[in-house]
Amino acid sequence: RLASPRPPPAITAPSGGAETRVVGLEIHAQISSNSKLFSGSQVQFAAPPNSLVSFFDASLPGTLPVLNRRCVEAAVMTGLALNCSINKKSLFDRKHYFYADLPAGYQITQQRVPIAVNGSLSYSLCIDNKMSQMVTKTVRIKQIQLEQDSGKSLHDDSRSQTLVDLNRAGVGLMEVVMEPDMCCGEEAAAAVRELQLILQTLGSSQAIMAEGQLRVDANVSVHHPGEPYGVRTEVKNINSIRFLAKAIDYEIQRQIEELENGGTILNETRAFDSKLGCTVPMRDKEGMQDYRFMPEPNLPPLILYDTKSLPANVNHQQVVNIDWIHERLPDLPSAKRAKLVELYGILPEHSFTLVNEDGLTEFFENVLKQTQMKPKKVIGWILNDLLSYLKQHSCTVKESPVSSVLLADLLNLLEKKEISASAAKQVFEELWKGEGKTPLEIVKEKQLQLIEDREELEQICQAVIDEHEKEVMAIKAGNQKIVNKLIGLVQRATQGRSNPVLVKQILEKKLSE
Amino acid sequence: MLRASLRQVSAALKEGQVTPTELCQRCLSLIKSTKLLNAYITVAEETALKQAEESEKRYRRGQPLGILDGIPIAVKDNFNTAGIETTCASNMLKGYIPPYNATVVQKLQDQGAVLLGKTNLDEFAMGSGSTDGVFGPVRNPWSYSRQYKEKSVPKSDSEREEFKWVITGGSSGGSAAAVSSFTCFAALGSDTGGSTRNPAAHCGVVGLKPTYGLISRHGLIPLVNSMDVPGILTRCVDDAAVVLGSLAGHDPKDSTTIQDVFQPFELPSLPDVSKLCIGIPKEYNAPGLSSEILSVWSKAADLFKNAGAKVIEVSLPHTRYSIVCYHVLCTAEVASNMARFDGLEYGHRSDVNKSTESMYAATRREGFNDVVRGRILSGNYFLLKQNYENYFVKAQKVRRLIANDFVKVFGSGVDILLTPTTLKDAVPYMEFIKEDNRTRSTQDDILTQAANMAGLPAINVPTALSERGLPVGLQFIGRSFQEKQLLTVAKWFEKQVKFPMIQLEEVKGA
Repeated sequence: RLASPRPPPAITAPSGGAETRVVGLEIHAQISSNSKLFSGSQVQFAAPPNSLVSFFDASLPGTLPVLNRRCVEAAVMTGLALNCSINKKSLFDRKHYFYADLPAGYQITQQRVPIAVNGSLSYSLCIDNKMSQMVTKTVRIKQIQLEQDSGKSLHDDSRSQTLVDLNRAGVGLMEVVMEPDMCCGEEAAAAVRELQLILQTLGSSQAIMAEGQLRVDANVSVHHPGEPYGVRTEVKNINSIRFLAKAIDYEIQRQIEELENGGTILNETRAFDSKLGCTVPMRDKEGMQDYRFMPEPNLPPLILYDTKSLPANVNHQQVVNIDWIHERLPDLPSAKRAKLVELYGILPEHSFTLVNEDGLTEFFENVLKQTQMKPKKVIGWILNDLLSYLKQHSCTVKESPVSSVLLADLLNLLEKKEISASAAKQVFEELWKGEGKTPLEIVKEKQLQLIEDREELEQICQAVIDEHEKEVMAIKAGNQKIVNKLIGLVQRATQGRSNPVLVKQILEKKLSE
Repeated sequence: MLRASLRQVSAALKEGQVTPTELCQRCLSLIKSTKLLNAYITVAEETALKQAEESEKRYRRGQPLGILDGIPIAVKDNFNTAGIETTCASNMLKGYIPPYNATVVQKLQDQGAVLLGKTNLDEFAMGSGSTDGVFGPVRNPWSYSRQYKEKSVPKSDSEREEFKWVITGGSSGGSAAAVSSFTCFAALGSDTGGSTRNPAAHCGVVGLKPTYGLISRHGLIPLVNSMDVPGILTRCVDDAAVVLGSLAGHDPKDSTTIQDVFQPFELPSLPDVSKLCIGIPKEYNAPGLSSEILSVWSKAADLFKNAGAKVIEVSLPHTRYSIVCYHVLCTAEVASNMARFDGLEYGHRSDVNKSTESMYAATRREGFNDVVRGRILSGNYFLLKQNYENYFVKAQKVRRLIANDFVKVFGSGVDILLTPTTLKDAVPYMEFIKEDNRTRSTQDDILTQAANMAGLPAINVPTALSERGLPVGLQFIGRSFQEKQLLTVAKWFEKQVKFPMIQLEEVKGA
């Protein structure tokens, strides 16, 4: 089996330096399931401590693991979505170490033969922070393995004690290992964001970092181009995608500086301190740990089938069919984006934002259903107006005080030329207050409707012409661009209630007389 | 009444000749008067009487749950019993009251069996004498039999009887002694390297090790997960078949049980062995095998020949590697299985609390005996990254070779293997403890151990009395999941040898 070729050395990041930066990721995604990986206790965030602990989770002697089918399906789905080969036979192992939140003294994982291997994930970055140019990159997925989550330890230093909550002990995890094909924080962040979207689309994990459903550890090293890889450090305790990028970039910089000053990099584990914005060595992980891996004797090998290998007289409740899962995979984010671009003629970078924001695509499509305005115009309102208001007020799309119905109404008024674009913006601001008024009501209230009366317009235009002799002369001398200034002045005079196209017409007619 | 077989007493219950409560009370009374045997760690008197009462109600209504309804049984103390202390004869679990029943215990309960108590064992089932538990050693009831007393020659006038009592063998010695001394009609043991068959042989009872995967291990506190099975101890082969019928079958809680539906069976009343091929593995004439047992084995082979069976010598060439292979795999799994005992969630917890690590270390030092700690250390050594290939993986490969030996032999037309169960009869306790646990296990497990490696069913049938008046048993090993054939042969053999009933005299110290 040939390994896929190592991608070319990364472009050096803006901070300069000639070193090649190497970033790999180990991601733990909590499987979205009702019960745990090997026991029937419930999976739930923020439940009272030790209220979701079965006998097996507490490691009571004599209890045995029973594999949760849903967790296997989640891992297969994820493997397929990441272009992996699914291993039809995979094995479970015990990884031994002593820690208060690991009741059995070992974790059940898949060290020898994991459930999926050799995949890839494509993600996109904007060059130069502008949404105008996107570049697509790929990171290889080494493997996906099923394993148990540990419980939680809370260190109470004031009383010199540790409080242990086993609610999380035994919850199913998918560990996704990304090869060191990335070169900076931004790439890692983009890759993780895309993985998050994929997992959420599949439903195999809710992947919310703040709730610990997605945990990312970064492996970082640097070396001179052409020379062998440098010593790598592992960075843990990263709680958001933003911090992921910061932590990696900090660590890269730290290593470069250390080497430039003649120092060496230790093969150690470091924690990211979000307050200080730096990485610090972690105390407990000193020395090399020998995990004394051993096959898990209570679980037979996990056998998966496809349509070809499925035995004839088998109970369908007892088997997992890879092909069946493949057929039912939903559209992945990349497919969704492509469809949006094709269907609506929007730009690729627009599709990224739509898919990136939870519920935004749906909102956009709902507006489209209720308006005649072209998608290319609607998208501007969605991305520039709605989204910026949402961001300013830290709202999610679901929490938006402006519903798709209201926005569609507003856009219809604009499309029918009953109001101007600037008036529409004013109406939007009003709508945002969420007082229950319709766009039409607001327009009437604030008298924002476009002036229909041509005579009135002509009068105003004439007034502007009369007050701005200098500009008129410049126009008549040949400088057509100044007409826009006059249009603007008319707009101001009408408080945005004039149709710029009509105003231009009237002005030009008058000026040519 | 207590000397009857399980089936006989069950019939008596059905006919009303005796009530479950009477039966239970008599057993409890006998347990008290044989207390010196130290076969029981916990006697669950109250709950047993309650269960007997419930059973009685059912019998009065004419609706017993089955053949086991009202039958007093005992369970080795490494099976979880809800609400009843489960200690594994270790300080680590002293006072531990499990919140759930092992599947096999639940099944017996659902059939109406009356649980008299939890029987004694070597700590965490590690040992071949039932001498290394924190509640002290178990005494073989045959120590107090007329047969043994008649044959025992006092070495000197000053020698006290105390010094002559013999061990039960192990590690399910308590269960074997309980059945042998008539305090119950069946008992559960466990068998990892011979722990049910060995004490069965020394105590003159039937000890069945079922095929791995036939009976659920859920709730059996594990020694070696890939070899452990629940074992059945009874006074006759028919009784073992009855208990097997109530326990076998797939358990969703144990992923190593097979899915096939189990069909309970009754053994033919007149078994016929003339069409069978009996294999005699030559490697089982092992170093240290007493000439007495060799002779019993040989006579047994003749019995089969005379009945028309084909009796041939076979070879299981890798037998001599099984002990060292077992040692590596067993200690490795022990090291892993014992990692959960850290004092945090349950069980013993040391007062040392300078740090978590020091608490763990003290808890485990205080909670485990030398034998357990020794195996943990060995096991961790074999599992180290640098040793894993050379020890653990190698041992697994040798295990495959051992299993293949059996596959070849059974594939060549042999139906059942006939071997001795132990190298000699039970030794006196004072002599037994002169050697350490590891040495003893190495010696004593040799004839029983390979069946665990290969996952095969095997049974000890009491055969004859030794010159010292103590039981000697022989072992039959069968094909995977062919318990019916195995028990049929065992039953035939049992009928032929007519092993004498123990003439149990008063159990008391000198």
